[in-house]
Amino acid sequence: MKAFTVVEGVVAPMDRANVDTDMIIPKQFLKSIKRSGFGPNLFDELRYLDEGQPGQDCSSRPLNTEFPLNFPRYKGASILLARENFGCGSSREHAPWALDDYGFRCVIAPSFADIFFNNSFKNGLLPIVLDEKIVDELFTKMYAEEGFSLTVDLPNQCVRLADGTEFAFEVDAFRKHCLVNGLDDIGLTLQDADAIREFETQWQAKSPWLFREHSA
Amino acid sequence: MAGQTLYDKLWQAHLVKQRDDGSALIYIDRQLVHEVTSPQAFEGLRMAGRKPWRISGSIATPDHNVPTLHSERSAGVAGIVDEVSRIQVKTLDENCEEFGITEFTINDVRQGIVHVVGPEQGATLPGMTVVCGDSHTATHGALGALAHGIGTSEVEHVLATQCLIQKKSKNMLVRVDGQLGPGVTPKDVVLAIIGKIGTAGGTGYAIEFGGQVLRDMSMEGRMTVCNMAIEAGARVGMVAVDQTTMDYVKGRPFAPNDSEWEQAVAYWETLHSDADANFDAVVELDGAQIKPQVSWGTSPEMVLPVDANVPAPDDFSDPVKKAACERALQYMGLTAGQAIKDIRLDKVFIGSCTNSRIEDLRAAAAVVKGKKVADTIKEALVVPGSGLVKQQAESEGLDKIFIEAGLQWRDPGCSMCLAMNADKLGAGEHCASTSNRNFEGRQGFGGRTHLVSPAMAAAAAIAGHFVDVREWN
Repeated sequence: MKAFTVVEGVVAPMDRANVDTDMIIPKQFLKSIKRSGFGPNLFDELRYLDEGQPGQDCSSRPLNTEFPLNFPRYKGASILLARENFGCGSSREHAPWALDDYGFRCVIAPSFADIFFNNSFKNGLLPIVLDEKIVDELFTKMYAEEGFSLTVDLPNQCVRLADGTEFAFEVDAFRKHCLVNGLDDIGLTLQDADAIREFETQWQAKSPWLFREHSA
Repeated sequence: MAGQTLYDKLWQAHLVKQRDDGSALIYIDRQLVHEVTSPQAFEGLRMAGRKPWRISGSIATPDHNVPTLHSERSAGVAGIVDEVSRIQVKTLDENCEEFGITEFTINDVRQGIVHVVGPEQGATLPGMTVVCGDSHTATHGALGALAHGIGTSEVEHVLATQCLIQKKSKNMLVRVDGQLGPGVTPKDVVLAIIGKIGTAGGTGYAIEFGGQVLRDMSMEGRMTVCNMAIEAGARVGMVAVDQTTMDYVKGRPFAPNDSEWEQAVAYWETLHSDADANFDAVVELDGAQIKPQVSWGTSPEMVLPVDANVPAPDDFSDPVKKAACERALQYMGLTAGQAIKDIRLDKVFIGSCTNSRIEDLRAAAAVVKGKKVADTIKEALVVPGSGLVKQQAESEGLDKIFIEAGLQWRDPGCSMCLAMNADKLGAGEHCASTSNRNFEGRQGFGGRTHLVSPAMAAAAAIAGHFVDVREWN
């Protein structure tokens, strides 16, 4: 996994509540058996005026010029500023894959849906929860200043403005550890293989029916 | 010391290791695998040279991409017209073959929507931890299991370790007391709950659904309720084990056999919240007050009783909700104040992991029997949840009732719930749908979804617009 330490970048808006993962990456793109290449279809139904198809060259599609990500001022943005309950709905990990593939490293919102929040950490994408008032303030500053950028400092758990103002955020110690070091958590879990085997032995004695072999 | 909730008990029983940093290693008894969220997980195993930890822990079936037209299905995977879908279903077959995982393939009578197949086979049972790369996995919580949806990285993690790294959720009790009125169904109950607590109301919680209404409900009804826990923001939804649960499970292929049954029942009888258990939040509804529900907007919380009118942005004081209402009305092509019953429909979809079980099909068939679908309805689909549900329905003659009424009788799969296959809405089309999500574009680009119960969808198919099924005859 890609490590995340300090990221400085332009901030782009997704200024609506309850952005669902169908909106982040529509279903037709879930047919891919790969993990990459979803960036051109991020927010597909909002970004383009036509209906996107998997495998299509997006460079010649008609753009929705009213959608902020298509504004020149947000080009190259790596931080997405969003509203409450971001990432609700489907568990598709294609949502963080698409955000990452587009170039986002971080999403800031007052709240996130659980599964999306969890999936993001597995992909080097940092979801940051900030108080609704602070998010409001950031939206105001972002709209007021072209090229508005932020520094996200994970080791120090703060979001920093150009004028030095800092907003602290919470992050689970384990998730932070994995993200800062770019660690694959399967390897970490397998260090506890003996504990898993031990658990299985006693669990099998209590619930033998769960361990029966079966065949199609 | 306060007693334990059902969630506390299931968590405790599966705790492999509590780590100092607050995370925990939780053992997973059953993983359900389908074609959309697994290919990258299997690829990850291959790249790391890892093998599944316990092959018998997983069961697979293709559901999201499979065609539901019998003519397209008859040639098996090779006959799937959409090449990208075909590759994905074929990849699942190949991965299950390579790693030795039991799969109910496309034309196996046991194939179907994972959340219908699991309980039907007894592959998901009381007291289990169940995961699947699908957010509607909470369905299995109806059995008194700890079940939730996960992403693809976690699918790979469970394949490789049979464990998940988790943080314990908070406990929420949603209690629905009293009795439901005639024509009011489990789908209406869960939509009313979501309408009350909102689409993020359960975020961070494991929800236990209880109260007299749940006690009186069939297992299939409980599955419908738990299925939509995620639409209230909760990954986990569950119902305590009782005699209804035991009766449902007994005799299913993967259930405990006769010699194990008593041992199983002794454990399962403990699977309820203690009388003095502490919940972090309690929500109460009066079952008698719940009416048939219809969603009018683009989030499942945008839902109202069928006799209500579509709201106006000014009905909301919160600016974010006001803006959401405005955008939803525009997307849905609705006018503030119009009666929900006046919404004209173009399509009807009866199916999905929420409402495609035999009781759902019986309820829909009872409404359309001897009647005809309205001329203005372009397409009305009935998609059973599994091959076995289909077989059962046909043995009861339900297929004939639907076909004579002008509905189409299809093969099992997720179908128009998320429109990954050919079953979808056109731009601007309104659909009465028994599925679980009314997001923009969910059922097709520009499509307009209204979430309802099977009986309400069936009545809408006949009338061409929404009607109150309580007044149906």
